[in-house]
Amino acid sequence: MSISRRKFLGWLGAAGAGTTIGSKANAASNKVFKGYPDSMGVLHDATLCVGCRECEAACNKVNELSAPDKPFTDLTVLDVKRRTKNEAFTVVNRYDGIPESKGPVFRKTQCNHCLEPACASACFVRAFKKTESGAVVWDESVCVGCRYCMIACPFDIPTYEYDNPLTPKVLKCTMCAPRIEKGLLPGCVESCPKEALTYGKREDLIKIARDRISKYPDRYVDHIYGEHEMGGTSWLYLSSVPFEKIALREDLGITPAPSLTSGALGVVPMVVGLWPVLLTGVYAMSKRKEKIATEERETAVAEAIDKTTAEGEVKLSNAMAKAEKDKEKAIEKAVKTALEEAEKQAEEEAAAKTEAEAAKADQVEPDKSAGKDQAEKIDEAQTEEADEAPKTKDAKTNDEEES
Amino acid sequence: MSEDAAVDRKSIMTPFNICAGIIVIAGLIVTFIRFTQGLGAATNLSEYNPWGIWIGFDLLVGVALAAGGYVTSAAVYLFGMKRFHSAVRPAILTGFLGYLFVVVALHYDLGRPWRLPYPFIFGYGTTSMLFEVGLCVALYLTVLFLEFSTAPMEWLGYKRTRNLVHRLTLVLTIFGVVLSTLHQSSLGALFLIAPSKLHPLWYSPYLPTYFFVSSIIAGLSMVIFEGTLAHRAFHHKMDEAHKAEHNPLTLGFGKAASLVLAGYFSIKVIGIAAGNHWHLLATGYGFWFLVELMGFIALPCLLYAMGVREQNLKLIRFTAAWTVLGIIINRLNVSIIAFNWQLPSSERYFPHWMEFTISIFIVTLIVLAYRFIVTRMPILYEHPEYKDSH
Amino acid sequence: MNNIIYTLHDFLLHTESIVFIIMGISLLSMVGFWLFLTARDEDKNIQ
Ligand code: SF4
Ligand code: SF4
Repeated sequence: MSISRRKFLGWLGAAGAGTTIGSKANAASNKVFKGYPDSMGVLHDATLCVGCRECEAACNKVNELSAPDKPFTDLTVLDVKRRTKNEAFTVVNRYDGIPESKGPVFRKTQCNHCLEPACASACFVRAFKKTESGAVVWDESVCVGCRYCMIACPFDIPTYEYDNPLTPKVLKCTMCAPRIEKGLLPGCVESCPKEALTYGKREDLIKIARDRISKYPDRYVDHIYGEHEMGGTSWLYLSSVPFEKIALREDLGITPAPSLTSGALGVVPMVVGLWPVLLTGVYAMSKRKEKIATEERETAVAEAIDKTTAEGEVKLSNAMAKAEKDKEKAIEKAVKTALEEAEKQAEEEAAAKTEAEAAKADQVEPDKSAGKDQAEKIDEAQTEEADEAPKTKDAKTNDEEES
Repeated sequence: MSEDAAVDRKSIMTPFNICAGIIVIAGLIVTFIRFTQGLGAATNLSEYNPWGIWIGFDLLVGVALAAGGYVTSAAVYLFGMKRFHSAVRPAILTGFLGYLFVVVALHYDLGRPWRLPYPFIFGYGTTSMLFEVGLCVALYLTVLFLEFSTAPMEWLGYKRTRNLVHRLTLVLTIFGVVLSTLHQSSLGALFLIAPSKLHPLWYSPYLPTYFFVSSIIAGLSMVIFEGTLAHRAFHHKMDEAHKAEHNPLTLGFGKAASLVLAGYFSIKVIGIAAGNHWHLLATGYGFWFLVELMGFIALPCLLYAMGVREQNLKLIRFTAAWTVLGIIINRLNVSIIAFNWQLPSSERYFPHWMEFTISIFIVTLIVLAYRFIVTRMPILYEHPEYKDSH
Repeated sequence: MNNIIYTLHDFLLHTESIVFIIMGISLLSMVGFWLFLTARDEDKNIQ
């Protein structure tokens, strides 16, 4: 851990001091990554493999795996297709009935030690590491056991200790990294009696493979499997039959695994950077719309109130005017009636005067009562008008509530 | 509250409770087996099939169906649909419970679950989509917890803290949407690393977009679906606002779901064109793909639209359940059914009964937790003391 | 030697690690920036 963290900081330094390091920083931001120079690999020539299972036995021994049910000398196990298992980091399979070949073809399976390992790209704790030697190794101390590496590996290589409840491990070929460090050959390469396996610098292995193909064009398919597959692998294969026939998929393409997800990963910071901008904008807009709506509502209410108040005032003044007129009319009428009555009375009085001069005693009394009547009538008219005014006010308040 | 308790005690032997009890006991037994004997004893996982339904259903479907939280809070707080305010709390609650139990379920699937925080302490495997998923799920669970926490705080009477958290609503909502966008899409992006294993009809560079867009559909449909269930079971717990807003919400979310489904349909078709996979439609997998495309995307899109046009709430509710089923099928297709499609059937995966047990167990726990919370906390009604502050 | 990156995987690890850190910072500073931006609005827009 500490090493890789130091390395990480080192890179940060490199990024910061780009100009001083010049070409090195350039290399760090290169568009083409060719892998570690002088890294090692193994060339498996399937045309030389005889299916003796010596490599399986050696792998079992050097990795101290549990002994299988049937001994390695029992070749009947080749009758069924096998895959890598917890107890077998490498297996040899026999492929029969291939039209391009007279006899059966044997092919060894193990981790291909990809130049850009999918397992490493997928692991979220960086448990896998492509080392400078070429080996892809796994670190038990950090593995969480999510098994995403197994999903990712295009060759279905890693296996898992499903029956171990406490410390399940991801298992796969290590290219004998501990042995390589000691200067030894990988166990399988050392044990192969037919030299179907060649260990060496990957660049040299490719040259050797090319040589073989050009020397024996009838013997080999003109392709080195692993040179470009999935961005290239440290294990390379030569075959006399199409690689698909010996269970090496030809549809994997040459895209290195990290490129498969780098696009999606690249979108992540865009979302983080722009989503808040967009969402805050949407929020501000809906907030603003809401505010405008509230304001509009408020102005509408205010206007409505103004309008009703104005209307009310107009109504009121109309009513007042009307009431005034009515009042005047009523007064006029009352006065008129009063006058008429008074006239009548006066006439009557006059008549009475002329009729009976002798009865003068209560003359003043009827006069007074007539005046009183007139006054009462005027009062009544005024109260009616006053009643009308509050009614207009009520109407006004109703309008307000409605709006 | 005490009345409710009395009622609960009287009716404790309901068929629902008996079923739940049996499931919980079975779940606990399997849990014991899983953690004492390892994954091998409880699952049918193999070298070829490292992920089963604990990932395909519990994680992928769980996260997709818990999208209601971010969809609803975004609609209400960001897009200004204040009239659906009463739907936020229940949606946040189910979102929170969904994510919480996704994380619980993850502990069953991981080989060394106690190392779950390792990626963020030692690992930093930043090139992994799973790192992205893990980080966002962890952060979003925290966001959901904060958003949800106002309910228990109202229940328990922590007024001060509650108001403090309440003021963060907007920021939390925006963070929630950002984080949801990221991890919903990253769940799809998990499979980008394996083009050779996932059937080409489902594998597409657009996988992350598909997962994100379909999570919106899942969220909208789940809110309608849950609302329907909650109305049956907890009608007495709802306040007037909740009851009154429920039907307009069903219509509004149904309309939105229909629209998003239409978009989802077109990008799915574009995906076939972009990969030039038309010829594959004539195969068995192609038929299954068409079932998903027509039966669970185009059909619910139309049904939703009809339901909205005719104000047919029943149809909308049915469509919501149908759409949820479609989302489940889609996630299982990507993670299990169309994954490793090239392997012979003898190497294919079918879940162990214990895997089913745990998945059902987890769903039951979610339902029980939901029931525990809505019968006690102000979820389906507003707390009388905090009415004004919404 | 340490400053040269040989594999795409290591390169992405390097860049993504930095990107993740920047993402965290930018997400948090957006909140602060929004407050700064709207602090003098007569009515405070942020709740
Ligand atoms: S073959 Fe598989 S396990 Fe081996 S390095 Fe490549 S991706 Fe990793
Ligand atoms: S199982 Fe272990 S090694 Fe494999 S991806 Fe997960 S954490 Fe990494």
